[in-house]
Amino acid sequence: MSRTIFFEVEILDSKTKEQLCFLDKVEPHSSVGDIKSLFHKSYPKWYPARQALRLDPKGKALRNDDLLQNLPVGTSATLYFRDLGPQLGWTMVFLAEYIGPLLIYLLFYFRVPYIYNHKYTLTSSSHHVVNLACACHSFHYIKRLFETIFVHRFSNGTMPLRATVRNCAYYWGFAAWLAYYINHPLYTPPSYGKTQVRYALIIFVLCEAGNFSVHWSLNSLKCEGAKCRRFPNPSKNPFTWLFFFVSCPNYTYEVGAWVGLSIMTQCVPVALFTFLGFIQMSIWAKGKHKTYTREFKDYPNFRMPILPFIL
Amino acid sequence: MASGEEDGTVEEKETNNKKRTKGAIATAWLTFYNIAMTAGWLVLAVAMVRYYLQKGTHKGLYRNIARTLKFFQTFALLEVGHCAIGIVRTSVIVTGVQVCSRIFMVWFVTNSIRQIQNEESVILFVVVWTITEITRYSFYTFNLLNHLPYFIKWARYNMFIVMYPLGVIGELLTIHASLPYVRRSGMYSLRLPNKYNVSFDYYYFLIIVMLSYIPLFPQLYFHMLRQRRRVLHGEIVVEKDE
Repeated sequence: MSRTIFFEVEILDSKTKEQLCFLDKVEPHSSVGDIKSLFHKSYPKWYPARQALRLDPKGKALRNDDLLQNLPVGTSATLYFRDLGPQLGWTMVFLAEYIGPLLIYLLFYFRVPYIYNHKYTLTSSSHHVVNLACACHSFHYIKRLFETIFVHRFSNGTMPLRATVRNCAYYWGFAAWLAYYINHPLYTPPSYGKTQVRYALIIFVLCEAGNFSVHWSLNSLKCEGAKCRRFPNPSKNPFTWLFFFVSCPNYTYEVGAWVGLSIMTQCVPVALFTFLGFIQMSIWAKGKHKTYTREFKDYPNFRMPILPFIL
Repeated sequence: MASGEEDGTVEEKETNNKKRTKGAIATAWLTFYNIAMTAGWLVLAVAMVRYYLQKGTHKGLYRNIARTLKFFQTFALLEVGHCAIGIVRTSVIVTGVQVCSRIFMVWFVTNSIRQIQNEESVILFVVVWTITEITRYSFYTFNLLNHLPYFIKWARYNMFIVMYPLGVIGELLTIHASLPYVRRSGMYSLRLPNKYNVSFDYYYFLIIVMLSYIPLFPQLYFHMLRQRRRVLHGEIVVEKDE
């Protein structure tokens, strides 16, 4: 006859060390996620996504799928709680970040009152490239919204509200800034005229297709949350052949699309946005690349994080 | 096999030796740097006092000390490098922001807009900077030499209470005084239309800079106050001016 040993879990505040909650008769195979749910019952305003539980006040937060019996505690565990603040699910985060630029750009495109000189209100630009740029910019964000809703599979992670607000301010602000110049009555079309616009459009379209193909291909990897059983590989789709050379071709294509848009509009704010995005995505790509090489022993050496052969 | 083990410890000793030499070189350089900067700002202080005693007015004082001020304030860019290579344990970004704001004030406001160089606000912030920098650099120097007199530590962590707001007032008044001249001359500005499809208005940029003092100044001020409480109440200090 086996007796199940129950655990006792004590939850203390990380900063004040006062006891917030004491749980007895906790099943040993409970996960940290289960404990968070139990804690949530005593403190309804701290839903599980907002909780960070640690073994040590200054240590790393425990993962939701860690099991109580696998933690280095006796049968009586002490966990430290920190409030991560209000959280948003990834889908909501991305929807907020993408709807803003889409709509804001259109406000400038249609020259809504009070933006430009009143004699230009609700007029339209005489330049063909301005219409094209609006179409491309809008297509870019509509595609992203589509992917957020139908293609991407997000882990159950969340993002703090404050960080989301900050990111939205950045994306929305930049969209307003670059839309202001492209749709300005005094906009100057590209120096090399139709040729420049044509080639830029080709780059843009190819990179958008590439970016979508890579997202689709990443979607077909069987991933459970953040852990994937295989690393991404090229498939029959030629756009995914970039996987031979880089770990994160979705970022490569994204930079390419924005480079296309910069050349098409010949507008410094767009180029600056491209450049800053490139820096940020390179950092993400390097991180992802490191994770891949660490997790998979047979990861191809040939691949670079974001730029083939270079970076 | 035994020699393999010996090689291991020899290598370790070499690395430790290298580290110690690097540490010694870094300390020597930093000591020299801080002594030089203390001396430089002292020279500036003396020059200002002499000018005022001789001429009895502050008019023309800025032009007199301009070259020395520009030299030593610009030299402070090295401090960003110190943080970047790790011989000073402060954040690169914080030091960068502090030094850049000084460089901005010196080169892009006072130096380039001649009409405001005789304003009282210029003298105000230059005097404040001089006092602050002499205290700060001598603090670092004595710290590196491990002989820190209490009055220098006291000065570093108390004078800012008055100096900091005074300096901010001087800087803000100077920028404000420069606005009409900037607007009239259209300096450092780029207007539409141009083939880069971008514009920049230095006048509005200066206004934004002035507004940015509102969130930034209280943060830095209260940070210094917190540091002061920690240091002067005898806790272990890791010199980090954030």
